Amino acid sequence: MRLTGAQALVRALEMEGVDVVFGLPGGAILPVYDPLLDSPIRHVLVRHEQGAGHMAEGYAQASGRPGVAIVTSGPAATNIVTAVADAAIDSVPMVVITGQVPTGAIGSDAFQEVDTTGITMSVTKHNWLVTDPADIPRVVAEAFHVATTGRPGPVLIDLPKDVSTGELEWYWPRRLDLPGYQPVTKGHPKMIEQAAALITAARRPVIYAGGGLVRAGAERELRALAERTGIPVVTTLLARGIIPDDHPLALGMPGMHGTYAAVMAMQRADLLITLGARFDDRVTGRVSAFAPEAKVIHVDVDPAELGKVRRADVPIVGDLRNVLPELLRRLPAEPADLGAWRATIAEWQQRYPLSYVPSEPGSATKPQFVVERLRALTPDDTILVAGVGQHQMWASQFWTFRAPRQWINSGGLGTMGFAVPAAVGAKAARPRQMVWAIDGDGSFQMTAQEIVTASAERIPIKVAILNNGYLGMVRQWQEMFYDERYSEVYLSPDLPDYVRWAEAMGAVGMRVDAPEEVDAAIEKANEVDDRPVVIDFRVDTFEKVYPMVPAGASNDDIVLPPHLVGDGR
Amino acid sequence: MSASSNLVPIGAIRQPVHGRHHILSVLVENKAGVLARVALLFSRRGFNIYSLAVAPTDDERFSRITMVVDVETAPLEQITKQLHKLINVLKITELDPSDAVEVESMLVTIVAEGGSRSRALELAELFRGQVLDVNAERLTLMFALAPSALDDVEALLGEFGIVEVQRSGRIALARLPKPVRRVARRGKVS
Repeated sequence: MRLTGAQALVRALEMEGVDVVFGLPGGAILPVYDPLLDSPIRHVLVRHEQGAGHMAEGYAQASGRPGVAIVTSGPAATNIVTAVADAAIDSVPMVVITGQVPTGAIGSDAFQEVDTTGITMSVTKHNWLVTDPADIPRVVAEAFHVATTGRPGPVLIDLPKDVSTGELEWYWPRRLDLPGYQPVTKGHPKMIEQAAALITAARRPVIYAGGGLVRAGAERELRALAERTGIPVVTTLLARGIIPDDHPLALGMPGMHGTYAAVMAMQRADLLITLGARFDDRVTGRVSAFAPEAKVIHVDVDPAELGKVRRADVPIVGDLRNVLPELLRRLPAEPADLGAWRATIAEWQQRYPLSYVPSEPGSATKPQFVVERLRALTPDDTILVAGVGQHQMWASQFWTFRAPRQWINSGGLGTMGFAVPAAVGAKAARPRQMVWAIDGDGSFQMTAQEIVTASAERIPIKVAILNNGYLGMVRQWQEMFYDERYSEVYLSPDLPDYVRWAEAMGAVGMRVDAPEEVDAAIEKANEVDDRPVVIDFRVDTFEKVYPMVPAGASNDDIVLPPHLVGDGR
Repeated sequence: MSASSNLVPIGAIRQPVHGRHHILSVLVENKAGVLARVALLFSRRGFNIYSLAVAPTDDERFSRITMVVDVETAPLEQITKQLHKLINVLKITELDPSDAVEVESMLVTIVAEGGSRSRALELAELFRGQVLDVNAERLTLMFALAPSALDDVEALLGEFGIVEVQRSGRIALARLPKPVRRVARRGKVS
């Protein structure tokens, strides 16, 4: 069967089970958009290519399947680079297809030409410049395989226009020939045995649960390990929900804005059982002072993570879903008595819980209160998406997570503007689940135009803007570390007018000025199911995110909220 | 490495710092852009390539990149792990300099007029050099030697006046295994 390259591409996407793609057409990708009309694949037309990338990420994180974005060459390709980099650092499986100028024009500085594979080389797991139509089915099959196996990540296929208009005899590769790509999935038995011995001997162990557990779909295996051993679990920003927050062994998030109990448990631990986590600087604080007495078991599917930041006493390369049951099998039936350790941690939890001072009557709404009310008034399986900034930390802290893949945010790259498009992608993947985005006013303004996409495509996401009129996190740092010298952080709560902006974009717009209006607004939003909703929550400008380990400081120097200590320490 | 020649002995100037000299022999797929991926990885992760040589192997599907990197041992492990993550990289072998044969070639043009010409040719012969080009004032010579011997040649030729020099970067292969006779004999005696 003779097909054009473009037809083969669409057919290959169908073979891979793709049901939704996010994109925006343009000159070099035009041939691909023609056969797309005849395909059952749904296309979501974005308003900016960065949005297509984040939507694909949101889709992937909510569904566990790779997200797909299709954009044209040149500026479209550069626009999507941010999302590709975001997916790379957070290990999100994503396949990006970019148009390219015809092969004969490559290198001539043609209209809308950039070196897309060159630009994205360091932020993709792999990329391909296709030069022969006959390569298309093979490259698509390889791309999906690479994106979804081993440590997942984004891949990119650059498709010159003459390659998508050229012809090929259709085929679908039965096996892939990637001699340099063989991810290790089974852990080394000797190493797993050593890990079991360390766990058995430990008296102050902590499970350091990272995003790799979510990517591996290993929530059941993790929970079995924790419950069998009685070892408490900290969940990183990307792993929130991998164990329910109301589980007795859950300590919440560690790191810069982690709970006191999670941070201190790691600092005082004699063993860190590190599962799909990477000792990010936002978790460790100053590395030389991090968990000084802890031995380290480190399990990761990416060998390069082992020993990258912290030396592992027992490094194990492998898929967590394979390694954890093997580890469990080697543990003694009777777990060690961790009573004293658990009592110490319980005391930390009790003495320094996550908390805030509720607002006085007549004064501004506390942002944390909005997060708590949202959790209370939405279904258990609500998917929560966040942008980047203070609101993201409050969302992670004050939402009660009950399952993985219900929390989607930009962890490693910290991409402001992530929330709205990622929420659209999540809702496209999970149309029956409620999807709420908690966003900041600064973050929202970066990609708000994708509300138009949500309206036009009937993807009814809900957005709660925690509007404090500032680039709040930067403001917090300037307050704490730059002598309250506020430089270029004021945005104004009224400019733009978020309600009118939301309405202009086809959404329902609401504004909440006082704490007692919060519940009614959320309930009203929950009832809207045919269009997006944006609520402008006016919140207290002076509220800061606590606890906080200042950048570069030791985790021992954690700063607690003033109301828990009295003197600001 | 210091560039000031009064601190570095002549002949050692082209050697990496002792103990930080690692030879990586990297087998890669012979595809477009592979060298760019390898080079980009080094710059992105903040590693230094000291020298680099690349050419197809006997199997045209593969190329071999031989590179000398100048790092401590711990970062080296990170380099090889990151290299392994490149989809086109098949195999990485670290060659211990004491357990490898290394060769580097050099093209060098020197001033060689009158009486100095015969001395230069004598020196070239001593190091199995070849004359590739010649005119009335100058000689262009080619050498392929162990890198340290090449340093010596370069230093010695410096006395004639070097007009231009181009070195290739080193290539290397692991030493062949040798029979361990002595150990076997000792076993018999006891």
